[in-house]
Amino acid sequence: MRITQGTFSFLPDLTDDQIRAQINYALNQGWAISLEYTDDPHPRNTYWEMWGLPMFDVRDAAGVMYELYACRKMHPNEYIRVNAFDATRGFETVRLSFLVNRPKEEPEFRLVRSEGPGRSIRYSLQTVFPGERGLS
Amino acid sequence: MNTAVAAKQAPTRKRYDAGVLKYREMGYWQPDYQPQDTDVIALFRITPQDGVEPEEAAAAVAGESSTATWTVVWTDRLTACDKYRAKAYRVDPVPNTGPGTRTEQQYFAYIAYELDLFEEGSIANLTASIIGNVFGFKPLKALRLEDMRIPVAYVKTFQGPATGIVVERERLDKFGRPLLGATTKPKLGLSGRNYGRVVYEALRGGLDFVKDDENINSQPFMHWRDRFLFCMEAVNKASAATGEVKGHYLNVTAATMEDMYERAEFAKELGSVIIMIDLVIGYTAIQSMAKWARRNDMILHLHRAGHGTYTRQKNHGIAFRVIAKWMRLAGVDHIHAGTVVGKLEGDPNVIAGIYDTLREPVTRASLMHGVFFDQDWAGLRKVMPVASGGIHAGQMHQLLHYLGEDVVLQFGGGTIGHPHGIAQGAQANRVALEAIVQARNEGVDIWNEGPQILERAARWCSPLRAALDTWRDVTFNYTSTDTVDFVPTPTEAV
Repeated sequence: MRITQGTFSFLPDLTDDQIRAQINYALNQGWAISLEYTDDPHPRNTYWEMWGLPMFDVRDAAGVMYELYACRKMHPNEYIRVNAFDATRGFETVRLSFLVNRPKEEPEFRLVRSEGPGRSIRYSLQTVFPGERGLS
Repeated sequence: MNTAVAAKQAPTRKRYDAGVLKYREMGYWQPDYQPQDTDVIALFRITPQDGVEPEEAAAAVAGESSTATWTVVWTDRLTACDKYRAKAYRVDPVPNTGPGTRTEQQYFAYIAYELDLFEEGSIANLTASIIGNVFGFKPLKALRLEDMRIPVAYVKTFQGPATGIVVERERLDKFGRPLLGATTKPKLGLSGRNYGRVVYEALRGGLDFVKDDENINSQPFMHWRDRFLFCMEAVNKASAATGEVKGHYLNVTAATMEDMYERAEFAKELGSVIIMIDLVIGYTAIQSMAKWARRNDMILHLHRAGHGTYTRQKNHGIAFRVIAKWMRLAGVDHIHAGTVVGKLEGDPNVIAGIYDTLREPVTRASLMHGVFFDQDWAGLRKVMPVASGGIHAGQMHQLLHYLGEDVVLQFGGGTIGHPHGIAQGAQANRVALEAIVQARNEGVDIWNEGPQILERAARWCSPLRAALDTWRDVTFNYTSTDTVDFVPTPTEAV
């Protein structure tokens, strides 16, 4: 399956030039860029691993791209996302977040239903990694 | 009593003689009054009856919305009545009304209310004064509440949005683009099972939210529990299929608070991230549900059902920007606030003023947008405006241009009416949105080049191709009835 998290997941995967253009936009807004990676894109997995600290003092897209290449080299088969953080009062949150790397084969999610009283159901999602398919 | 005020009033002896005085002689007209930082200020548009002077009409509004009755009462003298009287302090003729225009003479009346007139954190109490009796008052032909300035001291007594834009996005893990929604259609008559099918298809196809309509509660064709169960199956299945957080606004509107709490609890039990209420449940019920939503980590969507009965006509009623202000205080997270380009009323300047009211930490006065006062929100969270009604993928660049990023764009017909199916309709909308946001961020002039951006995306996305072909020329170009009174004055080029 193709996971559709992030701002641009319904577009074809962004080229490096397109990624650079988005980073330039974020830097021009005064936002700080950070890179995060994970092998588990469960929608409640909020805290992906940080690739270093947010680059508060990097004001040049080339610096970010350098880090992205290094991150991709270390984690070629994981998800990597670019986050742009806005420290302005009233936001103080991520303003843009998009995927810049995907594993060759993406995990899937199994929907687990626990039936309760009446017809109610408690749902949970479990990440199923490529090697685990067909085991249950 | 300060001397300037005393000069405007009848001498004390005469002031309290039994009988009838003009309102302005009773102290409700005080042109020298300097509003305090802690005053509530209301701006009314008044159309006096023939022969009623504007200052007297303004004083009457001040009187009837605060302490006055039609005749002098000696019991005023048992109170600090000068403090409790609302004070009309300014009256301006409304531009383009009166002799020589098509509209009879109207005035903007500014009225200040002492903070102690109001109970803390109560929209019901605030509105019982400001719009309580006065709208039926005979000396006025018509009356409209145009705007209010709520002092920070009063703002701080309200909870404000249960969740707010920032936390909503953090919970949903969706940043950098408007959210996408749709209202299930047909709005009435589907069984729970069929209804859930529409929800699943739209969410799996690419929308973030699907929504109950305002009049979907618990009817013979679909009782509420059935709807909730089938919708949450759809939501969770779509979440598994996409890896995204998805939601369906489960409308918990019902006849009693007990029923609403029961429905909200069931929505929570099933794991919904969002519930919905209608404006017609009333201000107190809205505040109760906002508190429930804060306690239960729930996003609270408000459908503004009924507002058109009093917001649309320019001479009488309440401007929607005031309702928006009250609802931010009351604590809703989403509110329908106009589309500009869709099928429902929405002048671009009026809509800009409403969106600023909902989303800015401090809303700045802008006569061009119908906003008369600076409004400091004192840390109250921001409300996500919802644009819904007659919009489609081909307008995506216009929607982003007018409404910005922090908005839910709801394409009901524009998703479900897609010729290839609901999921394809949803996909078309999501692709159109992401393509336009991407281009805007790259510095492209989306207002002028929007159609070409969408055409380029349609080359690789056939559902978008079909959407553009189906709705290409659909627009709703009617003149708005609710417009602003001030336009920028062109200045000479130097």
